[in-house]
Amino acid sequence: MTADDGGRLSSLAKYVPGFLTASDDRPRWLDDLRLILLATAVVYLTFILLGLIGGLSINGITRELQAVTLLSASIALVVLALNLHWGYTGLFNIGIAGFMAVGAYTTAMVTASPDARIPGLGLSLWIGIPAGMIAAALVGFIVALPALRLRADYFAIVTLAAAEVIRRLYNSSSLDQFELFGIALGTGSGRGIRDFPNIRNTVSRHILYADPGGPSDPYPWGQLLFTIGEEFDLIAFVIERIVYTLFIIVLVILVFVLLTRTANSPFGRILKAIREDELATKSLGKNTNRVKIKAFMLGCAIMGLAGIVWQGSRGNVTPDLFMPIITFYIFIALIIGGSGSNAGGVVGAVLFAGLLFDGPPMVERAVNNLVDLPRTNTMNDALIGLANLDPEVFFGYVMVQMSSLRFMLFGIVLILLMIYRPDGVLGHRNEPAAAIDLRKQQAPDHEETNEVDETDE
Amino acid sequence: MKQMSDQLDLTVDGEGSTADGRNALLEIRNLRKRFGGIDAVDGIGFDIEPATITGLIGPNGAGKSTTFNLITGVYRPDGGTVRFAGEDVTGFRPNQLAKRGLVRTFQITRELNEMTVLENMLLAFKGQLGEQLYRSVLPVLRREVVEQEHELLASVWEILELFELDHLAHEEAGTLSGGQRKLLELSRALLTNPEMLLLDEPMAGVNPSLEQHLLERIHELHGEGYTFLLVEHDMNVIMEHCERVIVMHQGQILADGSPAEIQQNEAVIEAYLGGEV
Repeated sequence: MTADDGGRLSSLAKYVPGFLTASDDRPRWLDDLRLILLATAVVYLTFILLGLIGGLSINGITRELQAVTLLSASIALVVLALNLHWGYTGLFNIGIAGFMAVGAYTTAMVTASPDARIPGLGLSLWIGIPAGMIAAALVGFIVALPALRLRADYFAIVTLAAAEVIRRLYNSSSLDQFELFGIALGTGSGRGIRDFPNIRNTVSRHILYADPGGPSDPYPWGQLLFTIGEEFDLIAFVIERIVYTLFIIVLVILVFVLLTRTANSPFGRILKAIREDELATKSLGKNTNRVKIKAFMLGCAIMGLAGIVWQGSRGNVTPDLFMPIITFYIFIALIIGGSGSNAGGVVGAVLFAGLLFDGPPMVERAVNNLVDLPRTNTMNDALIGLANLDPEVFFGYVMVQMSSLRFMLFGIVLILLMIYRPDGVLGHRNEPAAAIDLRKQQAPDHEETNEVDETDE
Repeated sequence: MKQMSDQLDLTVDGEGSTADGRNALLEIRNLRKRFGGIDAVDGIGFDIEPATITGLIGPNGAGKSTTFNLITGVYRPDGGTVRFAGEDVTGFRPNQLAKRGLVRTFQITRELNEMTVLENMLLAFKGQLGEQLYRSVLPVLRREVVEQEHELLASVWEILELFELDHLAHEEAGTLSGGQRKLLELSRALLTNPEMLLLDEPMAGVNPSLEQHLLERIHELHGEGYTFLLVEHDMNVIMEHCERVIVMHQGQILADGSPAEIQQNEAVIEAYLGGEV
């Protein structure tokens, strides 16, 4: 009877695509890399095509590609952290923006000059960035302590509320400037903090120049990049941006490796088990509360890092940079890619940033360059045009309002995904949580155990 | 009836760990739990000796599952004590109890649906190096984790073969049949290296041949010195396979004795036929 059942089930498994043999003989990471590069190639080709139609120069297209890559990588960083929370552990964290804010603000407050209008500690960025991550993790700890006793939906409400409390605290005029243990600090309330090192410039100039203050006297690799850049008419500013983008990509790779190792380990196995059934996991002797708090703090630290190097990298932080909408961008990206898979998360980030967020303005530019549509400014005019069987007027409206209409696009894409691909564009990806690849493990042939079995029966 | 159960309680107390020189593995004293106005468990007490199979039976609503949940830390008792292997474990959380070797399975199986059978099994081992996040992540330390995973996997294959689940190793647990899930839960519980197993209706929804298979495993494990306490509705299973039977009725212990004694007990027969509610 058992054998019959098993036979039926394993023959069923054959019809589930990618169920057991998703990667043939390739190692897992190569399979992941292939998917991410594929998604990136799709976005790049779309952008190059739209850029050419839109009449952009090589310099212009390069800048667009750099911008979309930076956005993709920044989003990917947060999506990976959210995947640890939600995808692996089932912790429905909708307070992402709050943890990003803690990271960015802490770094700004640690690195801002003590003499500035909003005084800080005046320490270096290399202390400020870890400080921001640790602060985000600690805030995560404080939120997690009471919240982890709650069930999924209540936990979500707590995180959302915490994020808004954090943002409003930074916005509050009573914290504009304050003293802590005799040290003058401040959050700058609504105006935010300005006088701290611009992370984007600091990082890229440290990589490119021997004398980053200058900036002059580039390193040999810096010189090489500038020489290549000159061939394509790229100004130093664009090279610096590209270098910063590469820096974020390196961060994404580090976080990817860190979180993949976390997931593919006995620790990750407990995370997955908590997501499936916490009581069963406890009943097997696992201290689920401690594991949940660790995972939550790790994810919050990464969200803090993303807040620092993404929203906080422009040399100013304000409360407006950390509106709840950021959280929902991250969720859309993770849902597109499919939660529970790090590679899926990165693919989702690339597709979201490329096709949904930065893509529509590129389409607008291309269309405007190609055809001369009437500039319809109100939806009323557009609908009247449509009623008069004059689609040009309607499309004119779509083009003018493209950057607002893309928010409708997010909704439409989400609805379509829910209907047609609820597991994300990559589909259901079951990645067994173990430090070794379980999919390739076969039962060893034990002659002796078979004999024991027979004598037993 | 109340009087009778009180008497039984006393005799149970009289057989306590010190009286006959044997140390009881599990000692329950005066355990209580109220839900609203109902005394789900109303001051029960019994001892379980090591390496025994004890059945806990009773009509629906007698408080069997609540008793299980109180012993295994799912519910916090309103009164009374639970001692396991000489230690007071009253109010301990399930994970603390499982660490001490008191492990349970569930009436409705709690396999981890989207995890494969292998993942389910690997989860169970105690003291895995890789449960420490830093060991799983840091380059050199991770090697030890990988090594240990290979060792654990070897034990998993052994037990999967014993329970005839090896052909399902790569399936997600959610796709298994009811009986296979029961086998998975029992074998998974075994990998935690328990001293005592509490099985909540292990035979419910299991087909006869699998049931036979499960019972054989339980007897084998009993022979190896494992202690069992099981809640079961199937009277044949209880009467043929348990050394001792505890009958619960309306939150109290109605009778406690060998299967033969229980079958003769008029109060038990009355309770089961619904004579007095």
